Parts: sequence; C-alpha cells; structure tokens
Amino acid sequence: MAEDYVIEMLHITKEFPGIKANDDITLQLRKGEVHALLGENGAGKSTLMSVLFGLYQPEAGTIRKNGQEVQIRNPNDANALGIGMVHQHFKLVECFSVLDNIILGVEPNKLGFLQKAEARKKVVELSERYGLRVDPDALIEDISVGMQQRVEILKMLYRDNEILIFDEPTAVLTPQEIDELMEIMRGFKKEGKSILFITHKLNEIMAVADRCTVLRKGKYMGTVEIAKTTKEELSRMMVGRDVQLQVEKKPANPGEVVLEVQDVAIHNAAHKKDTVSHVSFQVRAGEIVCLAGIEGNGQTEFVYGLTGLEKLSSGAIRLGGEDITSASIRQRSKDGLGHIPEDRHKHGLVLDYTLEKNMVLQRYWQPEFQHLGFIKQDKIREYSDRLIQQYDVRSGQGSLTIARSMSGGNQQKAIIAREIDRDPKLLVAVQPTRGLDVGAIEYIHRQIVAERDKGKAVLLVSLELDEVMNLSDRILVMYEGEIVGEFDPKKTTVQELGLYMAGARKQGKGE
Amino acid sequence: MNKKKLSRGGAQGSLTSVLAALLCILIGLLCGYLVLVAINPAHAWSDGFVRILKGGFHDAPYGIGKMLANGAPLVMTGLSVAFAFKTGLFNIGAAGQYTLGAFGALYCAIVLHLPWFVCLLAATLMGGIWGAIPGVFKAYLNINEVITSIMFNWIGLYLVNEIIYGNGSGVMYDSRNTRTWNLRRMEGGEVSMIPDFGLNDLFQTNSTTIAIFLAVVVAIVIWVILEKTTFGYELKAVGLNKSAARYAGINEKKNIILSMMIAGALAGFGAGLFYLSGVSEWNPLNSTSLPAMGFNGISVALLASSNPIATVFSALFISHITVGGSFLSTKYYPTEVADLISGIIIYLCAFSMLFRGKIHSLLFGGKRADKTNVNAEPAPAADEKEGK
Repeated sequence: MAEDYVIEMLHITKEFPGIKANDDITLQLRKGEVHALLGENGAGKSTLMSVLFGLYQPEAGTIRKNGQEVQIRNPNDANALGIGMVHQHFKLVECFSVLDNIILGVEPNKLGFLQKAEARKKVVELSERYGLRVDPDALIEDISVGMQQRVEILKMLYRDNEILIFDEPTAVLTPQEIDELMEIMRGFKKEGKSILFITHKLNEIMAVADRCTVLRKGKYMGTVEIAKTTKEELSRMMVGRDVQLQVEKKPANPGEVVLEVQDVAIHNAAHKKDTVSHVSFQVRAGEIVCLAGIEGNGQTEFVYGLTGLEKLSSGAIRLGGEDITSASIRQRSKDGLGHIPEDRHKHGLVLDYTLEKNMVLQRYWQPEFQHLGFIKQDKIREYSDRLIQQYDVRSGQGSLTIARSMSGGNQQKAIIAREIDRDPKLLVAVQPTRGLDVGAIEYIHRQIVAERDKGKAVLLVSLELDEVMNLSDRILVMYEGEIVGEFDPKKTTVQELGLYMAGARKQGKGE
Repeated sequence: MNKKKLSRGGAQGSLTSVLAALLCILIGLLCGYLVLVAINPAHAWSDGFVRILKGGFHDAPYGIGKMLANGAPLVMTGLSVAFAFKTGLFNIGAAGQYTLGAFGALYCAIVLHLPWFVCLLAATLMGGIWGAIPGVFKAYLNINEVITSIMFNWIGLYLVNEIIYGNGSGVMYDSRNTRTWNLRRMEGGEVSMIPDFGLNDLFQTNSTTIAIFLAVVVAIVIWVILEKTTFGYELKAVGLNKSAARYAGINEKKNIILSMMIAGALAGFGAGLFYLSGVSEWNPLNSTSLPAMGFNGISVALLASSNPIATVFSALFISHITVGGSFLSTKYYPTEVADLISGIIIYLCAFSMLFRGKIHSLLFGGKRADKTNVNAEPAPAADEKEGK
C-alpha cells in the first residue's frame, strides 16, 4: 500500500507553549489526487502544512516521500523534494514584473548575467499548458488578486514541484476566479501532480477533492472519500456537532424606511470614472437587503460613500429621515449607522490595541467612558468584559489581549459585538463572514437575522452567492457601479443572479 | 516606521524594553573601552573608562549639576521624538524646532526683558509652530514629515542665525563674544533666568536651575495625555492604524498636525530650558551644524522605547556619560574621545529595537507571536525568513 502514497505524514505532533497544535496527525497523499485538509480556524491545518514545508520541526512523527523517510529542515529542503506552496498571503514583490517574481530565487544566468529569454519561454509554455493566463511583463501591483495567485502557482510549476500545497486559496477570489482555480486544479490532477488543498469551504471540497482529511482542535478526525460523504457529515466532523448550514429565519416584516439612497454617484479621481452611478434604493426597518455583485463593481466604493469614508459626487442619503449626505463619519455613527467593514484589519480594528480599546473604538468619546477628556478605564473594562461574555469572543487574555493575536473569527466577532451593541438603526455589514469557518459563519448569520428581527434595517454586501440567497429578504445586484436588478430570493435562482452580476442582463429602470 | 515594535505593550514588553536598553548601553560601554585601549592602553581603565562611567559623580557636586543642566533639554527633545513616534510620525525636526525655541526664548529675554516663564512660553510656541508646518504638509498633502522636517531644520537654523547676527549688529548679538548676550551678566537679564532655588549653590555651578524638575513634570504630563486621555487614545489610534481611526470618526488630519505641533512645542520648551538656565549662549556664526540636542533626542527616544517616563532616565543617562567624557584628562586622551564614546553609545541605542526582539524571544519563548498562539493572524512573509 505504502508505495501508493507520494507523501505521508505519520503521527505528527507539534507543540507550542501551552497548546498542542498537532496531536498525532496522519495525512497520506496519493499520487495524482486532490486531497483536502479541512478544519476550523485554529484546528492545526496551517501548522501541519508548515511542518511539511519545513517551517516547523515536529516533536514527534515522520514524513515519508514515496515510502522513503525524509527530513525537511527548511523550505529549501521541501523545494528539493518537489513540494511547493501557495500561501494564503501571497509572497510577491509588488514592484517586480510577473516574470521577475516567478524566477526570483532561481534566476537562470550565465556568469551572473540574467538569461530572461529562456525563463520567459518556460513561463509562457507553462501558462499555456495549464491555462494560467498571465502577462509576464505586467507589474504585480497592477494585476488583480486572482492573477497574483496564478503567479504564485506558476512559481511552483517553474520549480518543477510535484506536490502542490494551496493554503486557503479561494478566500481572496471572486466566484468566477474560484471556478477557474478549480478547473486549473483538475488540470494538475490530469498531469499527475498531487494537490493538498487547505480550506474550510465545503462546497469547494465537494467540487474538486477526491479525499478529505479532517482536523479538529489539533486532533485527527479521519480521512473520508468525498464520493461517499456529504457536506453535513464533513461539517459535523469538523465542528463536532450538527451545524445549521441553512439560516433559519421567519419571513421579514418590513416597517418604515430607515435608509434612503437617492441617485448616488461617486467619482474616482485616480481612474477618472464614476465607480458608482445612479444608485437609488431604500432599506426598511426589519429587513435584510443584500447588495450582490462580483468584486470591484462599485460595492466597496458605495459603502465608503454611505459610511462617510469617501465623498459623494452627487446624490443624497437619508438615515431615519435625517439628511446625512455630507455629515461626518462621527455624525453618521451618532445618527445610528453601524458598520461592519469589509477589511477588518484595515478599518475594523486597531490591531496593536488591546481588545478592550477596540471594543470602545466607536464610543470612547461618550460620557459613559470619559470625563473631561480623561478615559474611565474601569468603565471600559467593565463594558468590554460584558461584550466578550455576551458575544462569546474568545481570546487568550480577555480584555487585555492584543487584537492582532486573536483568530480571524474572534476578531470579527469582536467587531460585530461592538457594532451591534451600539444599537444602530441601520447595520451595514460588508462581507461579514469572509475567510471564516462554518461555526463562526453560523453564529454571525444568526446575529444578523436577530438584528433584523429586533426591527433594525440591515444592508448586507456580499460576494458569496450562498450567503446572499440564504440571508437576504431582498437582493440588489450591482454591476459596474449601477444597480441592474432587484430580486426576491425566494423567486430567483443563483443562475439568474449570476447573469445579472456578469452584466449579461439588466432590468429596466424603476422598481 | 517600526510602529509595532515601539508599542509592544504589557508588562512583558516593558521588561524586555528595559533589558534591551541596558544591553545596548553595556555593549556601547564595551566598545568605548576598546577605543580607549586602542588610543592609550596604559590609562584606559582608571583614567578613561571609570571616569566616563562615573560621569558627573567624578567631580561631584559640580558634575552632577552639570549633568542635570544638560539633561533637562535632552529630556524634552527626547519627549518630542517619542511623542511623535507614538502617533506614527518620525520627528527628525527636533533640532529645528529647538533652534526656533531658542530664538523665541532669547528674543523675549534679551530684547523684551520678559520674565522667565513668559520666555519659556515663547520658546514653546515657536517650537510648536515650527513642528506644525511639516504636520500640515503631511496631513493635507501627504508629504513625508521626515523630508519636510529635515528641510525645516536648516531653514530654521539659517533664519535664526541671520536674525540674531544681523550683519554683526543684531540687538541680541554680543560681537565681543560672537554669541548672544550672556543673560547672567546682562543688565536686566536676571528676570529672564529660570530660578535655581539654591541649586547652583548646592552643586557649585551657575547653570543648574529647576529646569530638570520642569522637564520631569512635562514628561509626566505627556505620559498622562498618552495613557489616560481620549486625546491620547485618538493620537495612538491614528499612529497605529490611520484607516481604522478614520473609520471610528477620528479626524486623522487634525491629529497629525496636533501631534507634530506638540512634538515641536516640546523641543522648543527644551531649548528654553537650556538657554534660560544660562548653560550656554547661542552662536549665530556656527552655521554648519544643527544643535546636537535635537538629534540626540532621537537616541533618547529610541533607548526609552518612546515611553515618556523612561525618556527621563535615558536622557539623564546620556547626559551622565557625556559629562563623564568631558572630565577625561587631555593629557591621556584628546577631548574628542568624549564625544566619540557617547557617540558610540548613542549609536547603539538605535539597535535597542533589534535587541528587544531577541530578548523577548529568549525570555518568553517563541520566535514570533503565532508560536504562542496558533490562532493568531498569520504574520505574512515572516515564515520563510525564519526557516532560511
């Protein structure tokens, strides 16, 4: 049996101070298969892959390649064994061209002079063979995230790697790019390359993987054949209990208009065009309206305009009857606008502040927390402790934890706690579950529905069609900065939405 | 720059910072000793090294008085740089702000004969204005504050020299000494001098005033502002994450300008403490070098990891070493050796940040954050470096 496996990690144990990140984990990768590694955040997936890639040395366990025991002391060893990895956060030189990035570290040269023509030939050939279309001369900073990922993949291929590790490759991609990536993975399989695919997205595993190994809290839960399992079973293995993949909610009961957006346009000076134009819609109390669309169609800019991070070039916004078109960010927040931002690291948190300081980021100036400009430290602690308890935010040192050291899911929970607890009239949630595992997604979806049921207006911006269909009461599709259609999720299909999102169809003006 | 490391919080962080500072002082002293051995091995230990180490205590109480007099303005320029660091800004313009502060203080003293506290206020104001200008450029035009404040250092120096010198006939210029008028000897200059409350008698000096106490009070005030007020909360939030601060409705432009203005005011106040104590007079003919006090402030801030209270200690230490160096016997060592050694130590202070990382991992285990918490957000790019 052993010769079937190209890579075997047997009984791997890796400890960190105070925690066993990997506890007796076994993973066996067959030649020419797509093997998924599934687990929640913190289950030990990344640690296990870091062991395989030579970044960590395990306390116990062995690694075998083609049945031979090997030592992997550093990434160069891994490379020599034909193991390549696409990291979740790309490792590219922004101001270098695609070609330069691919050959970086293994530059072909004669007497120290670069032989780029040779490299270019190989890169072009590889990209044609695997359908990885890239422009070798484009600068990394000018190309999309999806393209950047292709460059990372080409880097592995250029080094003739046979075992390809993808660390959560779809977290940053649009639905279309995800489909393309799946296609590329299937292509690799055909060529006999073996793929390790780290993810917590069940749909993708079902779509592309042959087998799946599940980890939970550092422990090995088992390996299953995808053909013989279901999403429900996988999520039970991963979380340890039944998970509601479908959001349970009662029909919406919309009340008065809370948010009114009239003919809003936003001009982008850098690109000399309107990123948002003629956007008009309303959100009522007690309903979840979803702004759907493919990334880069003006959703981000629109939310910036709505929350005051960017100026509108025309149009008007009313919140609860008040005109907030030119109100400051602070004023909007006072008027009852809660904002769960798209980028939790950039906007949502001051990562080097403690959790408690982040908990009061939107209200430290309120009389409750300060007197004559002096911070009431005890009140902040009290408040933060309450939010942590109430919203089950987990962290190492409670209120005193530095936000940076928390897991993504708990960072997001902290932001949601902060925004919801301010009791806003309108909650703007932008991709609230991006990059989170099913357990956290379930929790966040429930919170959003609970807000709706309390009579809050919710504007959800999401790229995930599942989330859009599941959560919203009304769907607005945005394409190239305009709203091209309005749908009732019960009366539409993902396919129909997809057509509007891709700009193939457009509804007439008016509702 | 290095925002993350400058703000490594908590008790662990403070302990690490103190140890790192002590380590670079130790290495600095060792290098200094080697230099002394190289120049004159026979006298390196007792006449050289020990004398520097004893600092002001070699010639107590006079030396101590001198150390305190020089330490006070250094505390202030250190605070200036540290304060800006906390807001994510690098105030390399402390020298220029110090220059303008000196002008403000001396003009009010020599020309207007105003009482000392008014002169100090003028120094603070002038420094504040000179700091605010790069702040405005940074906030509204996004011009790097390092570049503008370096240019404003020289603009400030030439401007002040030109006004004071006035072709040799400036009202503030004493052509016989080629410096500004000596406040102590000048008629009516006494009111403008910071009172000493007997400190000069105690230390047998003529320039030890209550300046050091004023500096300590300011350091405490700055600490309170940074740690206990909403203003400090906002400033640090802007420094750590400008986007998140903006998201939270904090006016980041206002905070950048205010931060640079306060940093400038601190440096200006320092100049006031120096010149109104009569430690020295301004020499307008020296047009090639900026006041060293400004640049030494950077070292002081680095050594203190931008902590306002620690700034007091690191400034006093550097002052201590400098005074110690000035006591070296010219028979064995050229006078420049003193500057050389304090230079080496100051230079090594810049390394304290490097040491801090090492010490932290030695003491608390783990080479980086996500070793202690595998749930932590991945530190991008750190992976490969580690396993090279």
